[in-house]
Amino acid sequence: MLAKRIIPCLDIDDNRVKKGVNFVNLSDVGDPAVIAAEYERQGADELVFLDITATNQKRSTMIDVVENVSRQVFMPLTVGGGIRDVQDMQKLLKAGADKISLNSAAVANPQLIQAGAQKFGNQCIVVAIDVKKDQKTGQKMVYTHGGKQSTELDAIEWAKTAVTLGAGELLITSMDKDGTKSGFDLELYQEMAAAVDVPIIASGGAGKITDFIDVFKKAPVDGALAASVFHFGELTIPQVKGKLAAAGVNVR
Amino acid sequence: MITLVDYDAGNTYNLQKAFAYLGVETNLTDDQDELLASEAIVLPGVGAFQSAMTVLKAKKLDTTLQKAATAGIPLLGICLGMQLLFDTSSEYGITEGLHLIPGNIIELPAKKGFKIPQMGWNQNNLLQPDSEFSLLEDEYTYFVHSYYAKCDPKYVVSEVEYSVNVPAVVQNKNVFGMQFHPEKSGHIGLEILKTFKERVVVK
Repeated sequence: MLAKRIIPCLDIDDNRVKKGVNFVNLSDVGDPAVIAAEYERQGADELVFLDITATNQKRSTMIDVVENVSRQVFMPLTVGGGIRDVQDMQKLLKAGADKISLNSAAVANPQLIQAGAQKFGNQCIVVAIDVKKDQKTGQKMVYTHGGKQSTELDAIEWAKTAVTLGAGELLITSMDKDGTKSGFDLELYQEMAAAVDVPIIASGGAGKITDFIDVFKKAPVDGALAASVFHFGELTIPQVKGKLAAAGVNVR
Repeated sequence: MITLVDYDAGNTYNLQKAFAYLGVETNLTDDQDELLASEAIVLPGVGAFQSAMTVLKAKKLDTTLQKAATAGIPLLGICLGMQLLFDTSSEYGITEGLHLIPGNIIELPAKKGFKIPQMGWNQNNLLQPDSEFSLLEDEYTYFVHSYYAKCDPKYVVSEVEYSVNVPAVVQNKNVFGMQFHPEKSGHIGLEILKTFKERVVVK
C-alpha cells in the first residue's frame, strides 16, 4: 500500500535555511544540505524547498542549493518560489529537483501549468494554493505573493482549473490555520479532495501529533507538510510516524 | 565501468549523483561501441514510452541494447527504462519495446482511492527470496508512474500493491528492471544500486 507522506518544508533565503532549525546535533543549522540530510535520516518522505529570496540577483542560488542537496540526499525534492517560466523549471529539474511548485506565477499565468506539464509531465508540476476564508461570505479564496495579495479566485474552482491544466499534485495551505498550531483545516481538505482526483498535500496548522492523525483519518489527503514543529524539534518525524502507524495510518 | 545510456531521458543526473555518492564511476554515452564494451548498462528514463523508443531507434540504440543483453552484459532499466525492456506499451497507441523481457506495459486501472499516477512510497513484497535484490523485502521505495508491466510472475522479483499487483523489480537472466526510482528511495535505494554493482556486475 502507498504510504502517507510526511513532508518538512524549508524556506531558503540567499542559499541559507531562513528559520533557524533547532537540531542540537547539527554542525550548521543554516545549511540546506545538512538539514536535508538530517530529515532524510529521520525518515522524511519528501522535502519541499521554498525560495523566499527577495531580490532577483540572488535568485540563481536556488539552483546551487538544489544541485548541492541532490548530491547528498536521495529522496524526492520539490522546489518552489519565484519560478516564472519553463526555462526556470528545466534548470531546477536538471539541478536535481523532482517536482516544481507553482503558486503566484500560475495564478498570473495559468498557461504556465500546461506548458510545464506538457514538457515535463503532470507528475512534475505541483500547484501550491494559499487559501483564506472570507469572513463575511465564508467563501474560500486564493491569496498570492506569500499570502499578502488577495485575488478574486475561489480556491476550489482554482484547484479544479489547475488540475485540468495539468497539475499532478496540489499543495494546499490554509492561511487561517498556518502558524496557529491548532490542527489542519479538515473541512478545506475534505472539500478539495472531493473536487479533484490528484494527490493533495495538507499544509498549515500542524502542532500536535493528533493533528497529523486527524488529517489523514478524516480527509483523504496524501501527505502532510509542516515546518516549525519539525524545525524546532517540538515533534520528530519518527514520533509522528510511530503514532500514525499505531492509529492505523500506513506510513513508511 | 557502468554506462548510462544517454538519450535525453530525464533522471540521468540524479542516477549519476547516486552512483557518485557510492563511489561508483559511471559514463554517460550514446556511443554504441562504448556501450557494448561496458561492464554493465543502466537505461534510465522518465516520460512517455513512444518518444523514448523513437529516440533510442534514431540513435540505433535499440539494437545495441539487444546485442548487449544477448552478450550477457548486465542491463538495468529504471522506471520508463524498465518499461522499455518489455515487448509493447499501450501508451498513446501500441508501441514496440526492446523485447528483452516478455510482457506488455499497460495503464494502471482507474479505481476509486487509487490516484494515477501512483506517486509516493510503496512497500515491496518479495516474490523471489533467492534474488540478489532480496534486501528489498518489506522495504518502501519511491514510485512515480501511470503504466505498469503485465508479465508472467516468473519474471517478477518483487511487487507492490496499488489496486493491482505492480511489478517493482523484474528480471530475465542478465536483464533487470526497476519500476521505482532507486536514486530517490533513500538509504534502501542506494543499497540497491550498490547491490547491482557488487553482486550483479561482478559476476
